[in-house]
Amino acid sequence: MKMTEIRWHGRGGQGAKTACLLLADVAFTAGKYVQGFPEYGPERMGAPITAYNRISDERCTIHSNIYTPEFVVVVDETLLEAVDVTKGLKEDGAIVINSSKSGDELRKHLNGYKGKVFTIDARTVSEKHLGKYFPNTPMLAAIVKVSGVLDEEQFVSDMEASFKHKFASKPQVIEGNMGCLKEALKEVKEV
Amino acid sequence: MSIRERISGNEAIATAMRQINPDVFAAFPITPSTEIPQYFAQYVADGKVDTEFVTVESEHSSMSACMGAEAAGCRAITATSSAGLAFMYEMLWVVSSSRLPVTLACVNRALTGPININNDHSDSMGCRDAGWIQIYAENNQEAYDNYLQAMRIGEHKDVRLPVMICQDGFITSHAVENILLEDDDAVKAFVGEYKPENYLLKHDNPLAVGPYDVCPYYMEHKMQQVEAMKNAKQVILDVAADFKATFGREYGFFEEYLMDDAEIALVLIGSTAGTAKACIDKMRAEGKKVGLIKVRVFRPFPGEELAKALENCQVVAVMDKVEGFTNEGGPLYNETAAACINLNKRPKMINVVYGLGGRDITTTDIEKIYNHLYMIKETGEVKEHYLHIGQRSNVKEVF
Repeated sequence: MKMTEIRWHGRGGQGAKTACLLLADVAFTAGKYVQGFPEYGPERMGAPITAYNRISDERCTIHSNIYTPEFVVVVDETLLEAVDVTKGLKEDGAIVINSSKSGDELRKHLNGYKGKVFTIDARTVSEKHLGKYFPNTPMLAAIVKVSGVLDEEQFVSDMEASFKHKFASKPQVIEGNMGCLKEALKEVKEV
Repeated sequence: MSIRERISGNEAIATAMRQINPDVFAAFPITPSTEIPQYFAQYVADGKVDTEFVTVESEHSSMSACMGAEAAGCRAITATSSAGLAFMYEMLWVVSSSRLPVTLACVNRALTGPININNDHSDSMGCRDAGWIQIYAENNQEAYDNYLQAMRIGEHKDVRLPVMICQDGFITSHAVENILLEDDDAVKAFVGEYKPENYLLKHDNPLAVGPYDVCPYYMEHKMQQVEAMKNAKQVILDVAADFKATFGREYGFFEEYLMDDAEIALVLIGSTAGTAKACIDKMRAEGKKVGLIKVRVFRPFPGEELAKALENCQVVAVMDKVEGFTNEGGPLYNETAAACINLNKRPKMINVVYGLGGRDITTTDIEKIYNHLYMIKETGEVKEHYLHIGQRSNVKEVF
């Protein structure tokens, strides 16, 4: 059974869990079987947190954490110094980091990881379209693009429908989020 | 027509509660079951239910409120976890002995000592002898389906016992997965209304609930509870049969996964069954005859049926997600072993304690256990029958 396994690293309060659940949501809408679950410890703002996705065409019955993911998403680059983010990451997979730094600079913190490294500057994208720093939507778009787990066009239209439903009373937020989404799909790059 | 959805185990339970629209929900929040009353409070605020939602100051009071409501003739529910369930302990016994079919959604979490919020079964296993029916789930779907069956079982005139619907904290309660929900009207029609024969507010038949029981009567009353628990077995099967006829999904006392020709088997409860199934698929592809029994109904304990399902196995590991400090093994092991004691031919059996305080268990761990069972099969010798897996330890590593 073809199954895509993704691990998210973020800090409490930044929305890595929300982004993980959004990915589960949109993959579900695309007809997939999904799992989206956070790993809970003592919860406090700013503490490192981990969340996971399994996405497949048949139901996955495994209920353990993910130790050898195909993809890793790092929502906060300061975690690179605190957490072994590439642990178990498959070399034919990829890591997506929210950063404006160069590949050489980032690789210093990746414990010799030989796979592909992608970056997206979610802060710039978010501040441009939303006027505030919400890394969720850009990171979600970046991992969809890099993983190829969903059809890009369908992803864009499903997300638009989802935002329209979620922010029915705040249409300006819909436009900003869609702007983030589309720009992140374009701007995510291998470094 | 089933509705394809994706929600967490907690939202699945809350959805079932909304669909059933009980008379009373008394709740005090505790991780990881907090979301259940949280979702339900929203349904109350939105007018989607007309339940009397009672926010109490403790779990002792939430169970007391459920008891009062049920005694008055209402359908009453609550949800809790861990220390919350422990704090209800006294009332659990009063409710079951008063034959009040309260339904409790238990989201399993380790009991404090040291404090921990993650999953194991120490909370519900700690009250396994309190006279409640206990039904466990592997995933969000089973939690939902079990909840829809709970009231028909507990409220049945041959049973009249409270029911605990358990799922693994965080692992299923907070994981968003695909699920099939049923239509509101179909659920209401399946569950039906609660029409108790006797209750406090019935004008023409006054009664007392919970009076002192003197020595000449106490044991007879306990025997009535014993009979009710025995009767519950048939009712559980009847309700499951009707559930299958109505919604298409099949349930029994336990699920047998590739047991027909299994030489080696695991017996366990809850979400780890899914992880074990993935491991079994891999080992079966390698030609190994391994199987699994996932216990769904722990109270009443289906000992006779379980023994029959295991009698052709050669080696069995019963896995407990709770430490009983018995020096002999956990409750599932002890009861499974006891159920098999009178078989003419019975498997060798060991206990493996796992997953305490949320310690993760993987397909690799499960494979190690099966390999250990193969070693026992080959040598014909059980050196140790009481083992733990997944912990860092100074003592000799078995796995």
